[in-house]
Amino acid sequence: MPFYEHVFLARQDVTAQQVEEMIAQYKGVIEAGKGSVPKQEYWGVKSLTYRIRKNRKAHMALMNIDAPAAAVHEMERQMRISEDVIRFMTVKVEALEEGPSAMMQKRDRDERRGDRRRDRDGEEGSFNDDAPVVADVTEEAN
Amino acid sequence: MAMGAQGGARRPFFRRRKTCPFSGDNAPKIDYKDTKLLQRYISERGKIVPARISAVSNLKQRELAVAIKRARFLGLLPYVLK
Repeated sequence: MPFYEHVFLARQDVTAQQVEEMIAQYKGVIEAGKGSVPKQEYWGVKSLTYRIRKNRKAHMALMNIDAPAAAVHEMERQMRISEDVIRFMTVKVEALEEGPSAMMQKRDRDERRGDRRRDRDGEEGSFNDDAPVVADVTEEAN
Repeated sequence: MAMGAQGGARRPFFRRRKTCPFSGDNAPKIDYKDTKLLQRYISERGKIVPARISAVSNLKQRELAVAIKRARFLGLLPYVLK
């Protein structure tokens, strides 16, 4: 069966509890369609960079799905009907990633990346420093 | 002479050739969920930085563009920033 990563955004005024219930509900839909959900993540309330259906913030959740396309279509159909789901995206992937996603491990990863950037700057002068500057120049030229 | 022509073409200050940040060992994986990483490849206005500036290889730039667009759709990255 193909693998999918599915992210959905729920309205900001539902509770975290309700979002968990929603995840369980859609997981049920997938399982009814003879699929499985090896991983589910609740990312919490995130502020959006632009307004989506008048929401400035949204609950975000990720599900890794291993299911036939029909099951995913059924879940998407139900999400379109639901008033609480403001947006969703399903991406087909070659393999599902193990362990917490980039979103969940953000905190410790940032620290690590900070270290690495410093190392790299020392070694080879850096792209990080000059790239934004050059970008600004082109921006002004427009 | 070949040598002379080469010398003439060389600019007064030499800029080291930058390498693709997504190639080679322990390169970060391009992922639409990793906004911290993607943020480095968008301009102040929110546009995707061209590969000629960020030195990302052609193949990785395509991957990166898709990842940024996915992140935008989910409201993780802006379409425009003013």
